[in-house]
Amino acid sequence: MSTEYKGYRGEALAALENFQAPVWSDVRVVTGKGSYSGIVLPRSETADPRHIVLKLRSGYNIGIAAASVTAIEVLGRKEAHYKIPEKVFPFDPKKPRVKLLGTGGTIASRLDYRTGAVIPAFSPGELYGSVPELADLCNLETEKLYGVFSENMGPEQWIGTAQAIGREIEKGVQGIVIGHGTDTMHHTAAILSFMVQNSPVPIVMVGSQRSSDRPSSDAALNLMHSVKTAAESDIAEVMVCMFGPTSDVYGLLHRGTRVRKMHSSYRSTFRTIGDIPLAMVSRDRITPLRQDYKRRRHDREVTINTAFEEKVSIVYYYPNMKPDIIDALIDNGYRGIVIAGTGLGHVNKPLYPALKRAREKNIAVYMTVQTLWGYVQMYVYDTGRDMMELGVTPMANMLPEVAYVKLGWALGQASDLKRVREIMYTPVNGEITEREPSNGYLIFQGGIPEVEEFISQIKK
Amino acid sequence: MPPFKSFEEMQPEDYAAIGFKSGLEIHQQLLTSKKLFCRCPAGRYSDEYDAEILRHMRPTLSELGEYDGTALMEFKTKKEIIYRINRETVCTYEMDDTPPFELNEEALDIALGIAMLYNCVMVDELHIARKQYLDGSIPTGFQRTTIVGVDGAVPYRERSIPIVQLGLEEDACREVSDFGHRRVYITDRLGMPLIETVTGPEMRTPLEVAEVAQLLRRMVRSTGLVRTGIGAARQDVNVSVTGGTRIEIKGVSRIPQIPLLTYNEAMRQYNLLRLRDELHRRGITPESFTGRYEVANKLLRKTRFQPIAQAIAAGNTVYGVVLQGFRDLLRWPTQTDTFFAREISDRVRVIACLTTLPNIIHSDSPGETLASSEWLNLRKLLGAGEEETLVLVWGPPADAETGAREILIRAREAATGIPSETRQALEDGTNGFERILPGPDRMYPDTDLPPKAVTPERRERIRTTLPAPVWEREVRYRSMGIPADTVEPLACSRWAGLFETAITQWGLQPTLAAVVLIQYPRRLRKGQPGKSAEWSDEFMTALLKTVGAGRLQREGILPAMRHWLATGENLWESWPGMASENEIIGWIAEARVAECRSLAPAARCRLIMGRVMARAAGRANGAALAERVRRQEGVS
Repeated sequence: MSTEYKGYRGEALAALENFQAPVWSDVRVVTGKGSYSGIVLPRSETADPRHIVLKLRSGYNIGIAAASVTAIEVLGRKEAHYKIPEKVFPFDPKKPRVKLLGTGGTIASRLDYRTGAVIPAFSPGELYGSVPELADLCNLETEKLYGVFSENMGPEQWIGTAQAIGREIEKGVQGIVIGHGTDTMHHTAAILSFMVQNSPVPIVMVGSQRSSDRPSSDAALNLMHSVKTAAESDIAEVMVCMFGPTSDVYGLLHRGTRVRKMHSSYRSTFRTIGDIPLAMVSRDRITPLRQDYKRRRHDREVTINTAFEEKVSIVYYYPNMKPDIIDALIDNGYRGIVIAGTGLGHVNKPLYPALKRAREKNIAVYMTVQTLWGYVQMYVYDTGRDMMELGVTPMANMLPEVAYVKLGWALGQASDLKRVREIMYTPVNGEITEREPSNGYLIFQGGIPEVEEFISQIKK
Repeated sequence: MPPFKSFEEMQPEDYAAIGFKSGLEIHQQLLTSKKLFCRCPAGRYSDEYDAEILRHMRPTLSELGEYDGTALMEFKTKKEIIYRINRETVCTYEMDDTPPFELNEEALDIALGIAMLYNCVMVDELHIARKQYLDGSIPTGFQRTTIVGVDGAVPYRERSIPIVQLGLEEDACREVSDFGHRRVYITDRLGMPLIETVTGPEMRTPLEVAEVAQLLRRMVRSTGLVRTGIGAARQDVNVSVTGGTRIEIKGVSRIPQIPLLTYNEAMRQYNLLRLRDELHRRGITPESFTGRYEVANKLLRKTRFQPIAQAIAAGNTVYGVVLQGFRDLLRWPTQTDTFFAREISDRVRVIACLTTLPNIIHSDSPGETLASSEWLNLRKLLGAGEEETLVLVWGPPADAETGAREILIRAREAATGIPSETRQALEDGTNGFERILPGPDRMYPDTDLPPKAVTPERRERIRTTLPAPVWEREVRYRSMGIPADTVEPLACSRWAGLFETAITQWGLQPTLAAVVLIQYPRRLRKGQPGKSAEWSDEFMTALLKTVGAGRLQREGILPAMRHWLATGENLWESWPGMASENEIIGWIAEARVAECRSLAPAARCRLIMGRVMARAAGRANGAALAERVRRQEGVS
């Protein structure tokens, strides 16, 4: 497709070509109903082929039915050069070195005319141009590893990111920030917790729930929080740093193995499940909420283990599930299955033969709970015991997504199921905890008078 | 340039001489049950709230890659924005924690209809835009807005006023307070659908601006599809004079304020142009202007001027600012009883968040502030000569410095002319700085919603339900002999459609129908100040139908309306029909009680008639009854 008529097809393209009015032309469009003046904009490729998009003098965009166009008068041309103002990121020898690794997501972004969506922009200069406060915290270096949406992150990107982290630690950075789309940030946080062990510096994952092309975006504040954590905190773990409340007040640092995205759009979507977060972070300070974290060190030692077996799946159990679901995985050569079972970790009886088959085929099958909070307990009911007989291994209070990436990582290292089981049961960093504190499960129920009173007294 | 004449003295020729031009942007809420991009109820207001949210706004790039000037200014002000949330009226969409739902189709139909009444060229495919507002009045930092029609016109006197565009957009929050670095909003109004109608700058006198505003208001009200009442319609007025700049006066809620507001703005621009000429005469241009500022705490430690003494005691900073060649110019008149110093003070208030007044003092009005020795010492410290004006600004260190810088910025702008600003309407008819005028750079396509095609079929469906435009209706009503004071209210009333049906289908006399629909409700409201009855469509329709069918006489209409107000019931429904001969004889007999006899015949007739009519409550024809009573009482 010609870039001159970016995004246009069908009747709209024909009309523009007919009157030689390529994209960015300053035009007067005459139609049967009247005329319109403005600049021809590119059109989103997914939009229909029947309309021409015009930017009016007032800045508004409108679409004109191509079929109604009788003439287009070209008066001039005004091409947009969308660019985040770039300024040299200032260097201060007294400030720590922080590396920002980009995988995608929208920390700073710009409009993509082809799709109508936003695409990220990223260089230190661009970031400094949009969030100059970062220069007060560190000397920032950036590297774009990938430019993918969160849902397109997978083993290849996980491994590449883990390796990049290893390289940066060897080079002596004082902290690492990883820009990431939020949808699967907790999957990546978990696998990086396994692939990158014994890090001497903080590894902070960050993203935004409102893209940075909006004045109300959480991106800038999240970025400041995460850079501050990477530069200054003594927590040398893989963490997720995102808003605590929906207000612009503080962020939370969640342990990479216990965090989960819990709302499709809220800013405060990330929550630590079954435990409390590591710390709170605001622009002024980092306030640890617990002491049992791994401390920052001044060496450059780190263990990178990027083993990964891709033939692993999660099965979310539902009533009346048929065994063919499990059979299909077996027949397709899967080596590991994580079940998100009901309640304490259950599936129905009709699945048993399939589970038995899985055991015979040397497939690792682990049980987690779809309630997310709480432990698998397969002794309470006979059905649980039956399943254990069939080789289904209870995975304590490991979150289903965490169990999924950990099983891939374990199977990448061993094929002997006993060895796999040993790896699965040896906590790397809190993915299984011995105990659940009573404040590890707090979901306030709206409408209850004391909850309403509490909400009315604090900012959300 | 001669001095500016007073408001009363100004004639159309005077406005022509200064090149007065004005246009309107009218915001009118639509009468829908739900909001524009979510399904919260529309039109429910309450100052009570359940929770608060705190946000900040940051500027972002426009679609064409520019930062908007206003956006950068608002960012300088670094406000904490607090939103008060009432769960009944606000959901997670308004809090900017949920993406938009689809555009409210009911609102779109209304907007399309009104655009057609304005004869706009209709837009075939709607593109939702984000119009940035960094003042915090919308939690997203932008208003979702879309143009539904462009290039329309309305007839006004012997000419026509162009309608540049008609947009459909969501309403913003209501501001509760704005003090220092904290601005508080209540969110109930947020997200309600409204239309913005933009006229061309074709009004030539302040009076014309008000008249066109009235015309447009009547026009939208005549559809019956818009909200009325306080805050339901607000206008922004754009004013410029020859050599001046387009200035937007925001949030004028009452049309009668418009003439004085626009007069004062014309005067301000005229005087600022004179000020610029004076500066040029003194050899000061935007390029040559110099100014500087310095901390002046040391010299003012012992001052008796309370605001500064208190500021220093509280650990705040005082800056002395020198404006080169400005001697006496801070006393240059701008608007009625308002001087250039106000332009500076306003900027300091808004941009440096120094909201406690006075926030500046200056050497052009030295009295009652500092001692003359203090002014002298300051001049020495700052190395300021006699031709220079000193301005002091004080506050928390960062804010005071922002203030000092802003004073220099505004002074330099005076040498350029009139800065592009939006200004707020004040009660006394003057206006004050609100923010730098935003440009097209603040527009950004809304990536959350795809474009939406408006089909010709949809437009046709709407077109068939549209009433005639208000100006056409008024001409027709007059020709029907409808009382002059009823013509305009009826034309823009929601009963205009019912009126048509009543006279064409049910055979009512036009005058009677107009009186029932417009004057009677007014009369019934008189006794109950503050209470405006919400007449239901069902009742008014039934009432006129019953009158048309001859089941209710003219005299019974008011009693029936009163009865409905009191009980919510239709009076005539429990009736057997028109009064029988026997009933009438009975009523008259009942009414002719003892005291009647002592009255003169005419008075006696009136008393009897009054009683009988009350009793009949519309079930008897008044004229026939009066004739009968008069005959019976021997009065000819």
